[in-house]
Amino acid sequence: MSRLTGNRFVVPVLGVLLVVFAALLPRLDLSVPGVLPGATYTPGTLQILAYGFLIAALALSYHLIFGLAGMLSFGHALFFGAGAYGLAIVLRRLLPAELPAGVALLIAVLVTLVVAFVIASAVGALALRVTGISFAMVTLAFAQAMNVLVRRNTGGQTGGEEGVSVTSAMVPDVLIGVRNSANLYWIALAILVLVYLATVWIESSRVGHVAAAARENELRVRVLGLRPYTVRLFVFTAAGVLAAVAGMGMVLLQSGTTPRVTSADFTLTLLVIVVLGGVGYRWGAIVGGLVYTLLDKRLSDLASSDLIASLPAVLRIPLSEPIFILGSIFVLIVMFLPGGIAGIAHRVRSGGESSHAH
Amino acid sequence: MSALLHVEGLRARVGGQQVVEDVSLDVADTGVTALLGRNGVGKSSTIKAILGIIERDGTVEFDGRPIDRLRTDRIVRQGVAYVPEDREVFASLTVEENLTLATRQAAPNRGLVDELFPELRERARQRAGTLSGGQQQMVSLARALLNDNRLLLVDEPTKGLSPRLVGEVTRVLRTAAEQTPMLLVEQNLQVVREIAQDVVVLSGGRVVHRGAALEFLDDQDLVHRHLGVAA
Amino acid sequence: MSTLVLLLITGVGLGALYFLVASGLSLIYGLMHVLNFAHGAFLSLGGLLGWEVGRRVGDGTWGGLLVSMLVGMLVGALFAIVTELVFIRRLYNRHIEQVLVTVGIGLAAVALFEGIWGSDPIITTKVPWLRQTTEVVGARVPNHIWLLIGVAVVVLLAIVLFLRFTRFGLVIRAGVENRTMVTALGIDVRTAFTIVFAIGGAAAGLGGVLASVYYGNVSAHQGTSLLIYAFIVTVIGGLGSLTGAAIASVLIAVLQQLANFYLGGTGDLIIVLALAAVLLVRPSGLLGRAA
Repeated sequence: MSRLTGNRFVVPVLGVLLVVFAALLPRLDLSVPGVLPGATYTPGTLQILAYGFLIAALALSYHLIFGLAGMLSFGHALFFGAGAYGLAIVLRRLLPAELPAGVALLIAVLVTLVVAFVIASAVGALALRVTGISFAMVTLAFAQAMNVLVRRNTGGQTGGEEGVSVTSAMVPDVLIGVRNSANLYWIALAILVLVYLATVWIESSRVGHVAAAARENELRVRVLGLRPYTVRLFVFTAAGVLAAVAGMGMVLLQSGTTPRVTSADFTLTLLVIVVLGGVGYRWGAIVGGLVYTLLDKRLSDLASSDLIASLPAVLRIPLSEPIFILGSIFVLIVMFLPGGIAGIAHRVRSGGESSHAH
Repeated sequence: MSALLHVEGLRARVGGQQVVEDVSLDVADTGVTALLGRNGVGKSSTIKAILGIIERDGTVEFDGRPIDRLRTDRIVRQGVAYVPEDREVFASLTVEENLTLATRQAAPNRGLVDELFPELRERARQRAGTLSGGQQQMVSLARALLNDNRLLLVDEPTKGLSPRLVGEVTRVLRTAAEQTPMLLVEQNLQVVREIAQDVVVLSGGRVVHRGAALEFLDDQDLVHRHLGVAA
Repeated sequence: MSTLVLLLITGVGLGALYFLVASGLSLIYGLMHVLNFAHGAFLSLGGLLGWEVGRRVGDGTWGGLLVSMLVGMLVGALFAIVTELVFIRRLYNRHIEQVLVTVGIGLAAVALFEGIWGSDPIITTKVPWLRQTTEVVGARVPNHIWLLIGVAVVVLLAIVLFLRFTRFGLVIRAGVENRTMVTALGIDVRTAFTIVFAIGGAAAGLGGVLASVYYGNVSAHQGTSLLIYAFIVTVIGGLGSLTGAAIASVLIAVLQQLANFYLGGTGDLIIVLALAAVLLVRPSGLLGRAA
């Protein structure tokens, strides 16, 4: 019992310390050779870490749908894309208004949130009428429709294959350019923390409990007089809006976006991340997002290194394809390590506990 | 008398729900052992657990050898035939195809099946899904009896049938039981009285009574307490 | 009029291509409840290796094309068999994990193909006759459309005959309906799994070679982009229904062609909406059994 109450305090304290440490990184000179491309204060490293945070936030929002509610969605990229494209497009539409940059950004963020909410609740309301594989297919179809619209440069707004860029006049100067990498980094960190807190709140709420219960046994929830549909719609919509928040962070971080973030492949990547981190674990999604981002980056660097270039083709070709390596790791995890990284940690810990007990 | 099927501490779950708590029973190597109990006490689940159709643990020995780790098809190939609740004929296949699919041996007992179910022969090319409930039950029984089995697991074969058909199915079961021992789930106590020699009674996923069939059926109190009906 | 005829016939041709991918997907789902995301990789590898062997035998000749098609089928079937035996089988009855594994295989395999063959499409040489057109009521129909339709019809017939007249076909048909009962009759249904994967892989591999004829190129990505259409077709037709897949393939492809021409290139959008509509009105698909 004392252990449990101990955990109650230890976990949040550890969490706060971790966030403070992460927030201080741009002011520190730490190097982790082989993992980070340079010291922690360098723009390149901050950029990658910020990217990782946003992917982690996105993975957390996907965790709500897949991990908490147990719904296999193949359309989550839709909401991330809605956030990214929404912010960029609204900003450009606001351009003639000659608003101060900060105000314009705030308005654009609010408008995008509303748009994301509407899209997520509409898609959810339709898709949740079916379950299982059919649900996966409907979500895939909607995401694919978005992908098609975006690539087609619908209404001359989405820029086709080129994508859209953020109009710099509409964004405060402190968020632009390599000099301000640290600011963007902090925004990304703030988004991750925000999404995390929202996820915790949803999971510990009554709705979260019912969603989890409906995942295990839909019938029992119905017997209790609750409609799994409503609960799932809430979770689905919340996850969609949170994904849009991550998307908005991404479009600011990269000063633009391309159709890739709305593709089915992008959702599949998200699935890989959540499974890599450990399905059902919140921090698994975060660790998965970070590990995946860093691994992807390092593997890409490795691919263009002299070491790889000097290898015979049999080794060179597979090793120079990051997605091949990541895909293979993913397959191995699914086959042999259900629970992913979080699962391993869990097993190590509970293994330790049981040996204490004996 | 010795036990052909020996079940000890059997437990099984369906969809996260414990449906078989702790069942221990023996099926004699001759005659019919009836598995009784009210609705939802885990009779069908016990049979499915024995066959490994649902996840189970505990000990199941068939003819002295453990089968609780084997896949369903391996268990069946040892000569354990299954006649499921609700028939489960393949609706889109013809009667003939249903029988062909079930045939496990080079020389199936077509003579016996034709004799017991003359109607099926006439309807060989008809889709099983278009048959009446009674005819589907015959297909289901025929699928089992085509092969030389060492044990029959038969689940509520008379459910939903007219009195005439109940009589016919009972006759078939009696004929089958002359050759092969049987574990029979049956709600119709008249059928049990006619063909069963032993009974095992379940309640709440556990065995609450074991004994000779007639002794049990003649004890009004016992029947009423365990089954909630008059014998 | 001639435009409409052209659109209808090319639509059926495209539908033939969709069917070659969707037939396997539908059978695999029907029997095993696995949505196979690796199916696109079967197609890509079939197309790529078919092209590699075919051009060495005779680039742009009938002989070369025939060899390509045989190689494509063989490669697709082998890839599928390995996938089933090594990965899917070990995750028996764990459907989500099985889907995840196929996702991983799909991603990894396509990346590997990109490493070997590059990410740009490779232009292929067509048999001269296939480059010409045939006039049908005023419409000049490209001859490769006839090849696609012909092959798809042969494949459809072959699968139907296999399902209808062989022991394995019987097991597969019964398994699609009620797999548990098939095992309860003492049949090791896993052999049927491997066979279904092999058939699906062979059809997809053949589809890869025909896709290279249709598009005039081969690429590592070809399978992935066709896969999404095939999913849509499979779901609309009713998961597990071969006839449903065949009908939906043609319907969807024709609809796509018509919308692309008459509604300003909205073909992709229209079929996605069609999918959403069908699922909401009839969740089990056109010919699917109610769950």
